[in-house]
Amino acid sequence: MAGKTLYDKVWDAHVVNQQEDGTVLLYIDRHLVHEVTSPQAFEGLKLAGRKPWRLSSMLAVADHNVPTTDRANGISDPVSRLQVETLDANCEAFGVVEFKMNDLRQGIVHVIGPEQGATLPGMTVVCGDSHTSTHGAFGALAFGIGTSEVEHVMATQTLLQKKSRNMLISVDGEVGPGVTAKDIVLAIIGKIGTAGGNGCTLEFGGEAIRALSMEGRMSVCNMAIEAGARAGMIAVDDTTIDYLKGRPFAPSGETWDMAVAAWRELKSDDDAEFDEVVRLDASLIEPQVSWGTSPEMVTSVNGVVPDPAADEYAAKREGFTRALEYMDLQASTPVTDIQLDRVFIGSCTNSRIEDLRAAAAVIKDRKVADTIKQAMVVPGSGLVKKQAEAEGLDKLFVNAGFEWREPGCSMCLAMNADRLEPGERCASTSNRNFEGRQGQGGRTHLVSPAMAAAAAIAGHFVDVRHF
Amino acid sequence: MKSFTQLKGLTVPLMRANVDTDAIIPKQFLKSIKRSGFGVNLFDEWRYKDAGFPGQDPNSREPNPDFVLNEPRYKGAQVLIAGENFGCGSSREHAVWALDDYGFRSVIAPGFADIFNNNSFKSGLLPIVLDKAIVEKLAEECASTEGYQLDIDLEAQTVTTPNGDVYPFEVDEFRKHCLLNGFDDIELTLQQRFRIEEYEAKRRESAPWLFG
Ligand code: SF4
Repeated sequence: MAGKTLYDKVWDAHVVNQQEDGTVLLYIDRHLVHEVTSPQAFEGLKLAGRKPWRLSSMLAVADHNVPTTDRANGISDPVSRLQVETLDANCEAFGVVEFKMNDLRQGIVHVIGPEQGATLPGMTVVCGDSHTSTHGAFGALAFGIGTSEVEHVMATQTLLQKKSRNMLISVDGEVGPGVTAKDIVLAIIGKIGTAGGNGCTLEFGGEAIRALSMEGRMSVCNMAIEAGARAGMIAVDDTTIDYLKGRPFAPSGETWDMAVAAWRELKSDDDAEFDEVVRLDASLIEPQVSWGTSPEMVTSVNGVVPDPAADEYAAKREGFTRALEYMDLQASTPVTDIQLDRVFIGSCTNSRIEDLRAAAAVIKDRKVADTIKQAMVVPGSGLVKKQAEAEGLDKLFVNAGFEWREPGCSMCLAMNADRLEPGERCASTSNRNFEGRQGQGGRTHLVSPAMAAAAAIAGHFVDVRHF
Repeated sequence: MKSFTQLKGLTVPLMRANVDTDAIIPKQFLKSIKRSGFGVNLFDEWRYKDAGFPGQDPNSREPNPDFVLNEPRYKGAQVLIAGENFGCGSSREHAVWALDDYGFRSVIAPGFADIFNNNSFKSGLLPIVLDKAIVEKLAEECASTEGYQLDIDLEAQTVTTPNGDVYPFEVDEFRKHCLLNGFDDIELTLQQRFRIEEYEAKRRESAPWLFG
C-alpha cells in the first residue's frame, strides 16, 4: 500500500465517523471567529438554545470593520460598529475568548492565530473566512467555512466533509534574490489558474518552499484559495517548530516535547501518491505583478499586458478583454509603464514583520513619488506593529511618506473607511484583485511587499531587483 | 433548512466565468448581522449605476438597463445559468443568502467554487453541475426564448428543458437526502453526540496539547 500524504495523515486523525457514502464527521480542533461571518451563527445557537461544544477551541477577534486610524473614539460608521459590538456581546454572553479592538494582541485573524501559537501542526483549523488556508503553513488542515458551518462547529465541534483529492505543487530549486513567497504563489496561480486546485488540498513542497520562513509559508498557503483549493499545507520541519516555541497558546514543558515528537511525523511519506503533481522551476520565477481582475491574470514585472487577440488566449479572450477594460489597460503595455495612485502594504497575505522589513529595506532613505496620492502600511496585528516600531521601521515608512496605521484588514477589502476611489489604481500586497475589491471601480495590482514599496517610490512598477 | 424537491422556474443566463462572491454581494453589505435582506443588493455593482451602500432605499437607485437581471422578461427568475467557477473568492454565505433572498432556488454551471457549493446546500439553494457545452446550449436557448423555464427534479436528478430535452446531473447522496427532507445538519450531527465525546476522550489522552 502506498504511503500517506500530509493531508491524509491529518484527515485520518480527525475522523469521528465515516458514512457509507464517504461523508465524514470531522473533528475540529481550533475555531477562529471574526465579526463578519459569526453574528448569524451565534444567533442560530441562541435560537436553538445551544451552547458552544468546547469553548477552549475558540478564539475571536474583530478585524474586517475596525478603523486603522486613531481608535480612541471607537468606530464612526454605525453599521460597522454594530457588527463589532455584536461580536463583543456574543463573546461575552457565551464566554468566548476575544481580543478586543484595543487589545495589543488584536489583528487580522490569520495573523494572530499563528502569532499566539493558537494554530498548531496537525490541527484542524476553521474560520468563517476563506483565507483560513493560511494556517496550513504549519502542517495543519485549515480551511474556510460558511456561516451555517460556523454554527455547526460551534454546536458540535465537527463538520460534515468529503475528502478532497491530493495535489502536490513542488517548487524545485532556489529562487533568485529579490524573489519572495508572494511571487512564488502568484506564479503558481498564473500556472494552474484560479480553478486549478478545485476539489483538491494542495501540498506545497520542493526546495524553494522548504527554504521559506514561516511568514513566507503563510503567504503561500494564504493564496491556496485563490488557486481554487480550500486548503494548502506545508510539512512540519525545524522552521515550524522553532517558530512555535514559547508562543502563548503553544504547549510547554513535557507536553511540548510530546507534541514535537508527534509533529515530526507531519510530512508526506516518501512513497505517498498524489492525484496530481505540478512542478515549477524556482529559478525561473521573477517578481510578479497582476494585471487583471483575477489572481491568475498575472505576469512578470518585465512582461507586458497580454493581448487578448493572440491565439494562445483564444479560450480566455472574453474574460481578458473585460478585465483590460475594467483595469483601463492597453494590450502589450510594459508592466513597468503602469502608473499608480495608491500603494497598500498589508492584509493577511503580507502584513507580518518580515513583510514590513522587506518593504522597509527597499525604501532606505528614499521618498514616495509625488504622483502617489497615498501609500499606507497596515501591520497585521498590534504585536507586529509593536515589533516594527521597536526596530524603527515605522519611522522609516513615515519619513518616506507612508502612513503608519493600526492593524486590521483595511484596504484589502475596503469594509472600513480605507478604500480606492473609482478609477484609482493601487499596488497592493493583498490577495484579491476582483472588480471593486478595494472600493467600487478601484483597480488592484497584486505584488509582494518589496515590489509595492519600490512602486511607491518610483510611482510605477519597477523590478525591485534592480532598484 | 429549506427543502428542495422539484421546481419549474423562470431561467436567466449570466455566462461570465469566475463570478466571485464580491460581485455576487459587495462587501459593504456584509456588515449586516441578519441572514435576510441581501436580495436587493445581489450583483449590486452590475445591477445599478450608482454606488450601493447599506440602508439605501432601493427605489432611489438607478438600475443598469444593460444588466441581464434588469430585463423585464427575467423578472421573477428562479434558476440562474452561470459560467465556470461560479462563486469563487470568499467563504461568505451572504452570497448564497443574496441569491436565495432574490428568489433563486438553483444555479446551473459547469463548475462551482468549493465553499460556495457547500454553502448552497446549507441554505437550500441547489447547485447543479452540467457539462460546459450543455450549460452553454441552455444559456443560448434561454436567451432566445422568452419565458424559458427549466424543470428541475432533485429526486430524479434531472433538468428538463421546455422542448423536452432531459439532462441528468450528479449530486452527493447524503446532501441530496438532506435537501429533499430539509434536514437540519446540526440536529443530525448531535444524534452522534456519543461518538464525538468518545473521539474527544481518546484524543485528549494522545494529544493533550490540542485541548489547552
Ligand atoms: S486581510 Fe483581506 S483577505 Fe485577509 S481576512 Fe482580512 S479581508 Fe480577508
